[in-house]
Amino acid sequence: MTSSSAAISVRGLRKSYDGVEVVAGIDLEVARGEIFTILGPNGAGKSTTVEILEGYRKADSGELLVLGENPARPASGERVWRNRIGIVLQSVSDAGDLTVAETVHHFARYYTKAKDPDHVIELVGLTEKAHAKIETLSGGQRRRLDVALGIIGSPEILFLDEPTTGFDPEARRAFWELIRTLRDEGTTILLTTHYLDEAQALADRVAVMLKGRIIEIATPDLLGGRGDALARISWSEGGTTQHSESSNPTAFVTQLSTRLGGEIPDLTVTRPSLEDIYLRMIGEA
Amino acid sequence: MSIIGLGFLRGGLEIKQFLRQRESVVFTLAFPVILLFIFGSVFKNTIAPGVTFSQYFVAGMVASGLVNTGFQQLAISIPMSRDVGTLKRLRGTPMSPISYFIGKGIVVTAAMLFQVALLLGFGALLFGLHLPTSPALWLRFTWLIVLGSACSTVLGIAFSSVPKSGRGASAVVSPIVIILQFLSGVFFVFSDLPKWMQDIAAIFPLKWLTQGMRSVFLPDSFAIKEAGHSWEIGKIALILVIWLVIGTLASMRSFKWVQE
Repeated sequence: MTSSSAAISVRGLRKSYDGVEVVAGIDLEVARGEIFTILGPNGAGKSTTVEILEGYRKADSGELLVLGENPARPASGERVWRNRIGIVLQSVSDAGDLTVAETVHHFARYYTKAKDPDHVIELVGLTEKAHAKIETLSGGQRRRLDVALGIIGSPEILFLDEPTTGFDPEARRAFWELIRTLRDEGTTILLTTHYLDEAQALADRVAVMLKGRIIEIATPDLLGGRGDALARISWSEGGTTQHSESSNPTAFVTQLSTRLGGEIPDLTVTRPSLEDIYLRMIGEA
Repeated sequence: MSIIGLGFLRGGLEIKQFLRQRESVVFTLAFPVILLFIFGSVFKNTIAPGVTFSQYFVAGMVASGLVNTGFQQLAISIPMSRDVGTLKRLRGTPMSPISYFIGKGIVVTAAMLFQVALLLGFGALLFGLHLPTSPALWLRFTWLIVLGSACSTVLGIAFSSVPKSGRGASAVVSPIVIILQFLSGVFFVFSDLPKWMQDIAAIFPLKWLTQGMRSVFLPDSFAIKEAGHSWEIGKIALILVIWLVIGTLASMRSFKWVQE
């Protein structure tokens, strides 16, 4: 059974192209107001899954509800359902002859609960470029315009497909801040990304997708047993680098300090990063 | 906003975009005028008492202008919009396909009216085109434009699903239009064409549209020179309506926001 109170509810979702199963039976539930991230290598089926949720593609089988409606055929009507969702697509390069402001103002009129276009332009940091033609924007600025068009209608759920590709570090931080603001306003966010730091910074929960399946869903801190992973300690002793792993690194370091008579040369204590865990997960499977 | 309101909003935006694309303005609007100038200057011969080829040609160009700005423009520009993601983006919004079609219809109509005015202006000034004086002929001209442009728009939308990509669209669409122009009495006097060519052309709407335009701009005495020895106004209307219905149904069935 799919739950209609969740923002997204998926059971047994499958999709094949030319006999190749791209999405091989996915179960997924995203709560309202959650930032949910799908990670996975290229070809894992992330984009196909998201495009089915967005109503761009039809599933072969499975139960599927987005805001309580089947995206392929919303019972309340296509336009009513679309009025409630926002989509930030990958690689759109249209409307180069229009200015940023013209475009955002135009799209605002498609929605019944549109935000103030000038405010949205400011939110994505394009105020200075508001009257520039889109064709003159850099890749990152263009992406920010895509984000502006995705959020202009005050969506209840926002789909973001690799949104920060081409952003400089400062723009990425600002974008993360914007996403958190939207979440605080109650927007549900489904994010696919290649960037693990982005997932770490934003996601309430992460799903790792591989070969059409979800192999794990967890919070970023607990993914792949990360919470229980041993700490890795390294230091220099007798002219060589020494390593050890411990579940009690503090006690280990205290002992080591006593043994070495105070300061431990070149001491580092690390836990596996989300990236280490993720690479191990997709390498193993 | 209502589906129709959204269509008009879209139409306004598309006109703005159209005017900012200098190539498209020059190509769609000026090209027929340049053709008119060349053909009108080269072929000054008289094809019937009181009728020069350039008059015949202007009537044909007005008709084929509807095909250029409607069918050709849309069948090329829609696949290109699909390629760059415009349609995918619109599909993700509360934009209805009907609104999108209305928007296209508006930009096409605006371009057509402008082009027809240019052709009639130059035709009358330089090539002895007689603008009709009777209200009945202007009325006929009006319904020919309305029906012709509607036909051309829906067939352009329907055909836009045929090219696989925007880059290939021009190579598929342009030859079709040029061949139709040759067959339909734009570049040659229709009744001079071999019978089999006339028969092929009679299937398509352009032949009927050019004939209708001739009935507006050429003297009534010319009617006898037509392939059917009369203007066949009723038949023109009927065939354009049939194509309008076919085009509307086909565009509704085949229109794709996204190439899967």
